[in-house]
Amino acid sequence: MDGALFTSMLFATVVAGTPLVIVALGLLVSERAGVLNLGAEGMMAMGAVAAFAATHASGSPWLGVLAGMGAGLAVALVFAFLALTLQANQVAAGLAVAIFGVGLSAFVGKPFESVALPAVPPIRIPFIADIPLIGEALYNQQALVYFSWALFWAVLWFLARSRAGLVLRAVGEAPAAAHAIGHPVIRIRYLAVLFGGAMAGIGGAFLSVFYTPMWAEGLVAGRGWIALALVVFATWRPLRVLVGAYLFGGVMITQLFIQGSGLQLDFPAQFLSSLPYWATIVVLVIISRNPNTIRLNSPASLGKPYRPDA
Amino acid sequence: MTDRRQFLLSASAAALAAALPGSLLAQEATRIGFVYVSPIGDAGWTFQHDLARKELEAALGSKVQTKYVENVAEGADAERVIREFAASGHRIVFATSFGYMNYVERVARQFPQVTFLHATGYKSGKNFGHYNARFYEGRYLTGVIAGRMSKSKVLGYVAAFPIPEVLQGINAFTLGAKSVNPDVEVRVIWVNAWYDPGKEREAAMTLISQGADIVTQHTDSTAVVQAAEERGVHAFGYHSDMSKYGPKAHLTATTHHWGDFYTKTVNEVLAGTWKPAGVWGGFKDDMVRLAPLNPAIPAPVRDEVAALQDKLRTGGFHPFTGPIVDQAGKERLSAGAVMDDVALGKMDFFVQGVASRLPNAR
Repeated sequence: MDGALFTSMLFATVVAGTPLVIVALGLLVSERAGVLNLGAEGMMAMGAVAAFAATHASGSPWLGVLAGMGAGLAVALVFAFLALTLQANQVAAGLAVAIFGVGLSAFVGKPFESVALPAVPPIRIPFIADIPLIGEALYNQQALVYFSWALFWAVLWFLARSRAGLVLRAVGEAPAAAHAIGHPVIRIRYLAVLFGGAMAGIGGAFLSVFYTPMWAEGLVAGRGWIALALVVFATWRPLRVLVGAYLFGGVMITQLFIQGSGLQLDFPAQFLSSLPYWATIVVLVIISRNPNTIRLNSPASLGKPYRPDA
Repeated sequence: MTDRRQFLLSASAAALAAALPGSLLAQEATRIGFVYVSPIGDAGWTFQHDLARKELEAALGSKVQTKYVENVAEGADAERVIREFAASGHRIVFATSFGYMNYVERVARQFPQVTFLHATGYKSGKNFGHYNARFYEGRYLTGVIAGRMSKSKVLGYVAAFPIPEVLQGINAFTLGAKSVNPDVEVRVIWVNAWYDPGKEREAAMTLISQGADIVTQHTDSTAVVQAAEERGVHAFGYHSDMSKYGPKAHLTATTHHWGDFYTKTVNEVLAGTWKPAGVWGGFKDDMVRLAPLNPAIPAPVRDEVAALQDKLRTGGFHPFTGPIVDQAGKERLSAGAVMDDVALGKMDFFVQGVASRLPNAR
């Protein structure tokens, strides 16, 4: 493989993995607080359409990202109200919000289907972008790619090192105990869900403004569900989420390159298309196969509604 | 926009109205239903069908009243929508996706007074016909343009599923390109989806970074044209004119035009002269056209394409004229022979010049 090819594959891998990194890290935080948010697909779709509309109206992709984040927040607020205030079943509420978000995004997006946005130029980081092979691929990227890395470190530090992160995990493990020592369980869960929604919105904004600068119904194409699955297979560990997301992106890009290279392979294309899914699952299951660490990492109250007494 | 539920409600109301004796409407317009597989959007398969529906309305005016339901999945929902159309007094139903075929067949048997037309299928019955267009004719012409304009001699093709219709397109494109430039190769990436802009874009980007300087697609979004615009290479649209998504990149597109066919069919049904048949029209029938050519295409190439287009119109040329040799070197059609429609409809091979391998070829 020659160097230029490697660089372009690495570049494409990072781009393909980025929306998954952002969305999955957001979901990870809300799941660590004990809330299973199945509405990610709908939040991404709303984020994507809002970001597209705002970018189109204002000409600024950054306002677009803000709008996407806002839309993700708004949908997450609906979900949080259903699941936390009204104590609805989280699975049912999440599914409802996912379907609602996808449908509403198609409806409000109608007028934007004919519109194309100019591509947003990448941001080149001086000096390190000149590193051979990887420089162009990693350091001449969209701003949101750098954001996803910052987000990764922030989530890692927050969960493992900060006091607030400890409280959040306590809420996810044993809400009654956290409540007993005076932590506002519902408020913390609200914040966690809203954070997840905001990240899903930004992930959607990445798709419609940076990745494929267009809006069309079905643009998200299941990436919200993939992010949800990633969190579980990564056993709620940020580093594994990162690995899984890039692995998924990498295998997808690799199979496209294999097909496009004109190599006479005997693999059916359908098999190659399914490769990213099962390769990611297999690898993540292998690295997280220890049942003790799974039990240790999976938030004990995940998906269970909590009602503070009186 | 009619959504499915609203439609079912209003359709049942209409069924009630139709059941009332002595309808108040004296000169009743003929009601015609359209079933679309995807949202209409602004370009693509369904968009072209809806354009044709509007042309039909414009042509026949108050004689007809059309109604459509979009985004109907190819499944049990489709049968429900088709049956509602038939039951609520629609005289003609156009079902515009391959996967509706068996549902149309079933409903057609139950409603003998209603005429059903099904796009891209192969079944027909007493009150049930099918229609399709020879998109491969347009593909051949775009292949000629690609063969003349490619510098890298690598052409990229993003494809959805290896079914005969898609293979006809890839093969015709390849034959066209090789007819003017024997050294070109066509590389195909299957995305295994009709519609996934992200994947289509990645596939196009991959082909471009592997040296393709002209790309095209047989999928439903405009992502490939946009990717080409971004990377400064050329592209061909499909279904609709996609030039506004890539003003520099878009060389032309193979576009679909069903309007005249719809108008003619409705007129025939109204006159009682319609006969169930399979219609497969091309340039000759004006069902396939090329979008306006990009000024970047040199004049001699334009003339060449115009001449070929005339020959297609008069029937003096068929893109699948032998000798046609498949990838394995086997002769599929002897020199001078023209491939018949049955063979075209069953196409299951890549011609020589396609560099990729067919997914299920042995």
